[in-house]
Amino acid sequence: MSALWITILGASLGCYVLKLLGVVIPKSFLEKPLVFEITHLLPIALLSAIVAIQTLGDGQGLLLDARLPALGASLIALRLKAPFIAVVLTAAIVAALLRYFGLAA
Amino acid sequence: MRATAGATWDQTRLEITRNALSIGIAVATYGVSFGALGTTTGLSVLQTCALSILMFTGGSQFALVSTIASGGSGVSAATAAILLGTRNTAYSMRMTPILKASGFKKLLASHWTIDESTAMGLAQDETTFDGKASRFAFWSTGLSVFVLWNTSTLIGAFAANSIGDPKALGLDAAISAGLFALVYPQIKNRGQLIVALGGALVALSLASFVMPGLPIIASSIVAFIAGYIFTNRPGGEKL
Repeated sequence: MSALWITILGASLGCYVLKLLGVVIPKSFLEKPLVFEITHLLPIALLSAIVAIQTLGDGQGLLLDARLPALGASLIALRLKAPFIAVVLTAAIVAALLRYFGLAA
Repeated sequence: MRATAGATWDQTRLEITRNALSIGIAVATYGVSFGALGTTTGLSVLQTCALSILMFTGGSQFALVSTIASGGSGVSAATAAILLGTRNTAYSMRMTPILKASGFKKLLASHWTIDESTAMGLAQDETTFDGKASRFAFWSTGLSVFVLWNTSTLIGAFAANSIGDPKALGLDAAISAGLFALVYPQIKNRGQLIVALGGALVALSLASFVMPGLPIIASSIVAFIAGYIFTNRPGGEKL
């Protein structure tokens, strides 16, 4: 087996074990007030970080381009209670138009 | 996206199904980019597809392939992927009490615990139809993303050179907006808003200094600190 296959299968196994770890942790532990609070806040912190990096990240660094105004437009769509696909399309169209007309990178 | 309040189960199920499909389609746009990145980096079509089927967590997959693309070793590529995968532990800890799965379903639920399925599950009111809405949102999004992510990876892996620039179509912004739409309904009070902004701020301030992937993991510190403060303050989490 090639080194690349070992990397792929090893990392995949590692990622699955991490997912499984959250399942086998006993319920009594998850119900402790501190653990309960943290497990409820973790997805919010992590997803917000992903949104921030996906919007402003550029390899190892930051870049302000069409993605930020597009995210702003999707916030307006969210506040108007638009359905999911409309929120996503709004952002894509705003970014595509800004780039097409050379208004943003 | 939260299903409409006061709707019947059939209406709720239809709305969740529609949202799950939309998320799958949005994810497929970067599944194609992942497939293309895989084969242009030097992975075979089979290796690229194996990552989407077996690893099935986009952030980790991109981390592994882009580390190899930038000349990193197999060990550093696997480490980056596994570090990014730690957030799924937090997700499955959160989802397990809601899903109440057992046996094979428990193993499959673990595999399908990713950003999108967790966020859709949590975007529903946990008490709606005794948690049925949350569970249906998790499973339908997991299925939709699994099928479309793998199909689009295969297409991208084969068609690497004939795909136009995804940025010209605004696909990078679409991914941001898709994840944003998933975290938005989870922010219901000022404490949660502070955690969301804090997480984003920690990640952005580290982005220029540490290897890709780490800023996201580091944002979890905000949840730990806030969780500790909220638990120890009289009056609970509502600021």
